[in-house]
Amino acid sequence: MTEAVSQIKVPVPPPELERVPLVQNNRSFAWISDRVSAITEGKAPKWWWAAFVPSFLAMCMLGAMLIYQISTGVGVWGNHHPTMWGWDIINFVWWIGIGHAGTLISAILFLLRQRWRTAVNRAAEAMTIFAVMCAGIYPAMHVGRVWFDWWLFPIPTYQGLWPQFRSPLMWDVFAVSTYFTVSVLFWYTGLVPDLATMRDRAKTKIKQFVYGLFALGWTGSNRHWSNYEKAYLILAGLSTPLVLSVHSIVSLDFAVSQLPGWHTTIFPPYFVAGAIFSGFGMVLTLLIPLRSMCHLEDIITMRHIDVMCKVTLATGSIVGYAYGMEFFIAWYSGSAFERFAFINRAMGPYWWGYWLMVICNVVVPQLFWFKRIRNHLVIVFILSILVNVGMWFERFVIVVISLHREFLPANWSYFEPTWVDICTFLGTFGLFFTMFLLFMRFLPMIAVSEVKGVTPQADPHHPLAKGNGNGGSH
Amino acid sequence: MSATAKPYGLLAEFDNTTDVLHAAEQVRDAGFRKWDVYMPFPIHGMDRAMGLKNSKVGWFAFIGGLTGYTTGMLMIWWMNAIDYPILIGGKPMFSPHGAFPPSYELTILFGAFGSLFGMLFLNRLPRLHHPLLKHKRFALATHDRFFVVIETADPKYSETETRKLLEAAGSKRIEMVED
Repeated sequence: MTEAVSQIKVPVPPPELERVPLVQNNRSFAWISDRVSAITEGKAPKWWWAAFVPSFLAMCMLGAMLIYQISTGVGVWGNHHPTMWGWDIINFVWWIGIGHAGTLISAILFLLRQRWRTAVNRAAEAMTIFAVMCAGIYPAMHVGRVWFDWWLFPIPTYQGLWPQFRSPLMWDVFAVSTYFTVSVLFWYTGLVPDLATMRDRAKTKIKQFVYGLFALGWTGSNRHWSNYEKAYLILAGLSTPLVLSVHSIVSLDFAVSQLPGWHTTIFPPYFVAGAIFSGFGMVLTLLIPLRSMCHLEDIITMRHIDVMCKVTLATGSIVGYAYGMEFFIAWYSGSAFERFAFINRAMGPYWWGYWLMVICNVVVPQLFWFKRIRNHLVIVFILSILVNVGMWFERFVIVVISLHREFLPANWSYFEPTWVDICTFLGTFGLFFTMFLLFMRFLPMIAVSEVKGVTPQADPHHPLAKGNGNGGSH
Repeated sequence: MSATAKPYGLLAEFDNTTDVLHAAEQVRDAGFRKWDVYMPFPIHGMDRAMGLKNSKVGWFAFIGGLTGYTTGMLMIWWMNAIDYPILIGGKPMFSPHGAFPPSYELTILFGAFGSLFGMLFLNRLPRLHHPLLKHKRFALATHDRFFVVIETADPKYSETETRKLLEAAGSKRIEMVED
């Protein structure tokens, strides 16, 4: 039987059909752990400090702004009648949308067996967690009396009152807190084998102890791997409906109301597509500089950038379709208020916000049809930033433009942010980048064990399996 | 190590996935029970080569998810319809539709806890000490080497025969690990 099998001749596939390898230059297992761990070992490079110091200062500014807001009141923000939701909700939705790419990459692409995800999932999941932290600040603060935030949770009190579960805002509390918790669990589960790698490489006692503690005594036993892989698969399976539900529920905060411009059934899928679009924009913005700063070109290859550009193009096109469909439904509904709300978006006092959104979200991603643009890192980097500018304006259009023209013209007004709004928003960038920079210095930024698993020599039946690859010690 | 240290098992090192997979098949066929393969990433097909059954983590996740959904529904029904009913906009005191989104989220939350803690429970982790983790060479199990370990506690274990089996399987470096 085995002899018969070994006699079968497998024709060599023609070169044009061969896939670009996921790890370039046929790197060895040792090279992968050395390369990724090197980012956390030794002295921090100058560029790291140059990025960390301003980020940390901005984070301190965020703290100052929040203290000022808590001690004075929500009036320090630009929110006023009728625009009772301003930058706080815009930034909440914007940040949480950015968080969606991490879970999409880690969960949905895992279920779809997209093996390229292994190079980017760790960093994208970290990005998710930090983005959700930035997002969570806003609803907690904009309630005004921050010290009563615990009323959001079903905790028994002397008043005997319970949260009111018929409100989408309550659903949102459960969606966002579950999203944060499950993202952390998923991220940590993925980290355990890599923390064991860090533990076994650690030179100092403190590092050995701390990494050892969080590695939970992982040995790499196959009996453990077997349960581990099943648990990881189930977490991916659970995170997939989760990521789709979170932004759907965020969109219900708007869609369940009666306001023209908000009261539409297209919101859940449209919000989810927009969230993934902006998340991939942020992943590209972060990883394009990092791959060259940390010398990860062989792991995060041009193919990865290319594929992520294509996802951005696909989701950007869905978003563009949704914009068109919103206008069609406004006309088709026959409701005068609905029609007015949409004409006002495009031609009202905030016309510039609307058209900025259309250019950044609909026109810009269409450039990714061209391979030459997808292969040009500087252009991709700039376009990825424009994507997030556009997505910020999308939330601006939805929140501010819909609110500032109420049913009664006597209530109309023009919204302007205050300096506190602007400094708080800049401060959340400080928090985000501080967390991300600390993450990349102390934890493996690339999923080491997963990347090893997608190299050709990891497959015991591959012709290269007996080879050792290039580079690395031992 | 004190002189009274007991042997824990034989540690056989391999430097590629093909050899370790075939070695695992041979150890399985020889009928050993207390043995394991250690590797820096999961090798496709190793569960079969070791003769492992499908993992039971799924049951923990399933029970977790079921608990989450039931908790959500019962909690919302009891809070909003029994303990302190408040009429909001003429909506029913309890409706499964309104209670669904939080219950759905709790399903996922408890299911995720179930799968992570179920995995840790089945693996008997966290564990602060393991005889293999004291072994210098074994640190490479999270780097680029693959190890087959047969414990001395295995009924089929014999110092010479087991060593021969691992040598025949292609290991170039076999060491005794102490407990």
